[in-house]
Amino acid sequence: MLRSSFHYSPAGIRGIDGGRVAVMSRAEQVACEDVIMFVNAAIASTAQREFHSGAAAQRLSLGFLHEYVLGNYRDLYAATLALGVNHHNTAMIVLNLLRTAREATGEQRTVEGRLIAARLRTLPPQRVYGVFDELRRSGVNNRRTRAVIRDWVAARPDPAFDAVKYRRGLSAAARHAHLSLPGEVGTMLFDWRRVKRYETPILETWRRAHYEQRSLYELPYTVAEGLARRHGISRARFLSGIAPQLTGGERLRLQATAERHRVDRIGMDLATAPLTRLAIYALSLSRPERARRRDELTGALHAAARRAAGRQAGTWGRVVAVLDDSYSAAGSGVKRRRPLAVALATHYLLEVLAADYTGLWLHHRGDPLLVHPIGATGLGERILDGLEHRPGRLVIVSDGWDNAPPGQAAEVLRIWQERLDPGRATTIVHLNPVYDAGTFDVRRLGAGVATLGIRDAEDTAALVELARFATGSAHFGELRRNLAARVERFLDAEGAAA
Amino acid sequence: MTATVDGIDLSGLVAGPAQTWGAIRLVPLLRPDPVTDLRLHARLYGPDELSIVRTRPRTAYVSFIPHAFVATWSTDATPAAAYGTQLRDPAGTGDPDGIRLAFRRRMARREDRRRLRFLPLHLAMEGYLALQFGGPPIAWQEWTRQAVTRGLSPRLETSYTGADVTGLDDALRVFEIHPDQCGMVLYVAEALAAAFVVPHPDDYRALHPTLLQDCYGELLFHYSRLYEAAPDLTARLDDTRISGVADLRAQLVQARLDWAAFHDRTAAGLLAAQRLTVTPVQRMGRFTLSRFLPAFDPDAENHIGETITDRAGRLAYLKTFRLSAAQTRRGYLLSRLAAHDWDLDATATALRTDRRELTHRLDRAGFGHLLRPDIIDACRNHNRPRGRMPGKRGTS
Repeated sequence: MLRSSFHYSPAGIRGIDGGRVAVMSRAEQVACEDVIMFVNAAIASTAQREFHSGAAAQRLSLGFLHEYVLGNYRDLYAATLALGVNHHNTAMIVLNLLRTAREATGEQRTVEGRLIAARLRTLPPQRVYGVFDELRRSGVNNRRTRAVIRDWVAARPDPAFDAVKYRRGLSAAARHAHLSLPGEVGTMLFDWRRVKRYETPILETWRRAHYEQRSLYELPYTVAEGLARRHGISRARFLSGIAPQLTGGERLRLQATAERHRVDRIGMDLATAPLTRLAIYALSLSRPERARRRDELTGALHAAARRAAGRQAGTWGRVVAVLDDSYSAAGSGVKRRRPLAVALATHYLLEVLAADYTGLWLHHRGDPLLVHPIGATGLGERILDGLEHRPGRLVIVSDGWDNAPPGQAAEVLRIWQERLDPGRATTIVHLNPVYDAGTFDVRRLGAGVATLGIRDAEDTAALVELARFATGSAHFGELRRNLAARVERFLDAEGAAA
Repeated sequence: MTATVDGIDLSGLVAGPAQTWGAIRLVPLLRPDPVTDLRLHARLYGPDELSIVRTRPRTAYVSFIPHAFVATWSTDATPAAAYGTQLRDPAGTGDPDGIRLAFRRRMARREDRRRLRFLPLHLAMEGYLALQFGGPPIAWQEWTRQAVTRGLSPRLETSYTGADVTGLDDALRVFEIHPDQCGMVLYVAEALAAAFVVPHPDDYRALHPTLLQDCYGELLFHYSRLYEAAPDLTARLDDTRISGVADLRAQLVQARLDWAAFHDRTAAGLLAAQRLTVTPVQRMGRFTLSRFLPAFDPDAENHIGETITDRAGRLAYLKTFRLSAAQTRRGYLLSRLAAHDWDLDATATALRTDRRELTHRLDRAGFGHLLRPDIIDACRNHNRPRGRMPGKRGTS
């Protein structure tokens, strides 16, 4: 049903494991594929509309995949929380684990509880409140769920701030898990008009903001936005007033709005933005604008890439990247140019990681900052151009819809690996930012090439570690051990942080 | 000035690699050397607008027209992207939504000296409908008075808009347009459904979405519902002959050439295999707008359409419509009748059948009302008591 990529013989497949040739049973092979497939999906997919499929198809496909892996490999399903799975899928995994807590053994429950608690601490609060709300809506209210909610809320640094910024979320969680909230927070959530004056400063500001425009500018942006509307404050005035309160993400998001309303106070320090977000921002600008701010943007992208690479900078040797700028890299209305932005960010990251780097776009020539999604996906010839450089590592960033002509990339890679490079001097990794709803996986280029889902270019280095498993040449036992070690490391790190 | 040619010359156009989505295969036609002094412009009408096109007195025919084209033509080869590639906002004209009747005096006429407006498939459909529109030239006693004096009017043929074709919207949406693409050949479940060529890549990019609003034949509509998926045509490279990167590169080039040649054989082959009757409609500068009719061979596929060619016969514009089997049959019967001056006996002899069988076939093709009631009744009564015998049904 979910078989998608590998051709294996009934006798089992031979894997190359450090020169040792071993035979893997078919069941293990299938399990290995399933887990990798799930990890790929959980990293790349956000159940939003993509270029080729709609949101409904993505949601249905991803939901099914979660059910399938949860039913068959529960412990591995939980273990994926320790990997760089994206926020949407983290939320889904937590929900599913709590929903089916009854099916887990005692030992599994202990590990799951620790994993969930540790992972929720790393999620943004609005996501976690979303999970709690979903638990409430689906009527999941077992003892463990209540304990998870209680512990997470108790660990929040400032309940009063949460009560203002995530008022609906916190009140839903409090009602659902029967939380006792400290002092005025409970009053503020459930009967805020009763008190004439709050002692907690932020609660008092929030109360005053209902009646007084000046107080509004001391609140978080998302809260103030609604109140500003109620006071009839114009958008331009509101934006210039609220500017000091904006978070980094909000600043990045509001750049175009500020320009439209001619508000110049929302300055942004490009130097602190994460690499992929920065690439998305750069691609949201028009090409003349990008050309005008070339030095600034390129400098910021370089800096972000250096930050993301960290100590690995310059350690990758000779690297060639084939980057997809075909029309399908435009993404969809809800993920505008995301595949292209991932490719662009990967370009800057690899430039830092590699000692000797060449980046090849399918159509674009010249400054990569001016790249634009257009034309067909002729991966085959471009991959050959890349391989001709004889790199130590070839990284392909593409959604895998190789259509000019269809299937040529697979042929080129097959022949390269079979005839021209049988010793595998070149490691080939395909990073795919788009989840394909039809095949329950990211779309693959060919059987012998590791294909991995990618969400943010910053994860490239961590993903390449997983590539060994994605070619189907590693053991299931090995994969299990690797995941167990990652879980251990993750829990230790989180335990130390908490 | 009707001329007969053997198919349509697609020279100057190269088939690019096909992109498949479900049962629909779209083959881009690339033009390395675009035509720059003929530009097309889509004029979009409201989708609910019903329009009546008057061609001649008494021959108005009613049909649903999603859009009409305006051809822009200049002798000084103006820069390519400048003129004619803007879309007009239909809401901007202030037309109310809902059904509105718009009368246009002629199918193709000069709007001003530099522009030519025409309603693309209607032109072709009219050509098909106008075939023997006049009815019998000799008042044979078998035909009704109505048929002799007023011809076949009104005639009605059905077509489907692209939006009705399952999956065509998605196929066109996810299609990745090549930078030098000037046309498209559309296959549904491996059947050639339509071909579309414009002079310039910019025109194509502007007109690509309008393909969804065009009319398509019945076959395309049914095939898109019957068949789920067409396979990707992937070429397997021969790895035994490869010893280096240069060999591999040579094979890639060869694969591309092979595909282009293969496609020229299948698509152009189909269009070229038949004898086409081409009628020029209008001439402007070095360009000629004409429409063509197929040979109406019931055993082959039949496409009607329209072309713009330059003096050298180079194709600047092409749009085709595939006739359904029933439409082909009707065209075939009318063309045979016309060849024998509407004499029933002579036509029957030419078709190697008898008078009654021919009457029966005309009746089944929907032309029963042209024959006198007593003749058609005698035919129907003769067939009824014996039932339908498969051996007696003729060639249809």
